[in-house]
Amino acid sequence: MCLAIPGKIKEINDVPNMGRMAKVQFGGIVKEASIEPLPAAKVGDYVLVHVGVAISIVDEEEAQKTFQYLREAGELDELEPESMNQIDTES
Amino acid sequence: MKYLSEYRDPELVQQYLSEIKATVTQPWTIMEVCGGQTHSLVKNGILELLPKEITMVHGPGCPVCVTPIHIIDKAVYLAEEKGVILCSFGDMLRIPGSEKSLLEAKANGADVRILYSPLEAVNIAKQNPDKEVVFFAVGFETTAPANALSVLHAKRQGVSNYSILASHVLVPPAIEALMSDPETVVQGFLAAGHVCTIMGLEEYETLPNKFNVPIVVTGFEPVDLLQGILMTVKQLEKGEHKLENQYTRMVKPNGNPDAQNMIHEVFTTKNRVWRGIGEIPMSGYEVRDDLKAFDANIKFDVQLEDTPEFAGCISGEIMKGLKKPMQCAHFGKECNPSNPLGAPMVSSEGACAAYFHFHQSHSEELV
Repeated sequence: MCLAIPGKIKEINDVPNMGRMAKVQFGGIVKEASIEPLPAAKVGDYVLVHVGVAISIVDEEEAQKTFQYLREAGELDELEPESMNQIDTES
Repeated sequence: MKYLSEYRDPELVQQYLSEIKATVTQPWTIMEVCGGQTHSLVKNGILELLPKEITMVHGPGCPVCVTPIHIIDKAVYLAEEKGVILCSFGDMLRIPGSEKSLLEAKANGADVRILYSPLEAVNIAKQNPDKEVVFFAVGFETTAPANALSVLHAKRQGVSNYSILASHVLVPPAIEALMSDPETVVQGFLAAGHVCTIMGLEEYETLPNKFNVPIVVTGFEPVDLLQGILMTVKQLEKGEHKLENQYTRMVKPNGNPDAQNMIHEVFTTKNRVWRGIGEIPMSGYEVRDDLKAFDANIKFDVQLEDTPEFAGCISGEIMKGLKKPMQCAHFGKECNPSNPLGAPMVSSEGACAAYFHFHQSHSEELV
């Protein structure tokens, strides 16, 4: 039910009494969605769409964090005293 | 697809699994709140890949599953009223009411339509001015802005033949109710990422301390879920209990304030009965009094007698994490997706249907 999918805004139109509507591309499919909850959304943004309404602009910088999390966890481990020698050798 | 396929990367999945295995030293029971997360965990085989110390239990976050039978009956009654077009999301059609489902009403000639979005229902109302269009508006906080927006669209356009039958439920009161139950087995939560996309983190901030549980707001793809589980296990192993956000690419700390404003413009918070669980204080939305012209409950004033649930269904115990679907005597026998006796067997996000579709061959391991 709470399924929401990220797509790219291709076009934005102001529709009377309906607010800002956008054409959003999901892979090969383009669907219309309301972007009324996202006043800052612009063409080219990736937005998360749920039942025809865009609810969030995808944060590109934050999107990378899931890929960095393990590496950063590993780096933190290297700050432990037993691994300090290794860091010294490398530097 | 960007922001989707990279979170399904098998290599990254393996790395997260290895890290979880390296971190866990003792048994832990973690509940994913959202039915979408349950579906993803089961469909992607993550339950079998996790180390045996980790037990995932499946929470009440499937709105289709927790909608009480008397509201289903009300929707069926409205669908069978002359001149009514009853619209809803597809999953709602097969839920058994006390006598029949919406799908059976449709088969008998009622005008019942499956829609992708409530906004489409307003267009149907505009195109059918001689009919009353009712949208059966179920959902958690994620869906509330869309349902609210449909009412606002109708109001702005002067569409008077549109109303919603709202059955909206909220996550934080459900977590409180689950953790206040002395029988609870839950030691950590994966909170529902898309609910928090709307509502933000604030209403969860006091819960970890109050109940001594880690809460990690988590996304839906395999890598998201595994990272959320890892973050939860790290806290549990260290004896910590705090609120963390795994799903930062979508969830801002204050959520989406514009979407929250839409919700508050249309809905007010009320007590709500959850199918299988019972009444939870201040756990649902109803249409505000000043918009009662768009509230199907008031517009049609349907009075139906309360009907009991199917007595053999253990959905309440499943949604509290006390039992697994296979521990139900009816699972996969007289209760199956073609003939569901309880709601969790209907929706693909219901724990029973997810286990039935993806888990049959492994059912014995999971009991």
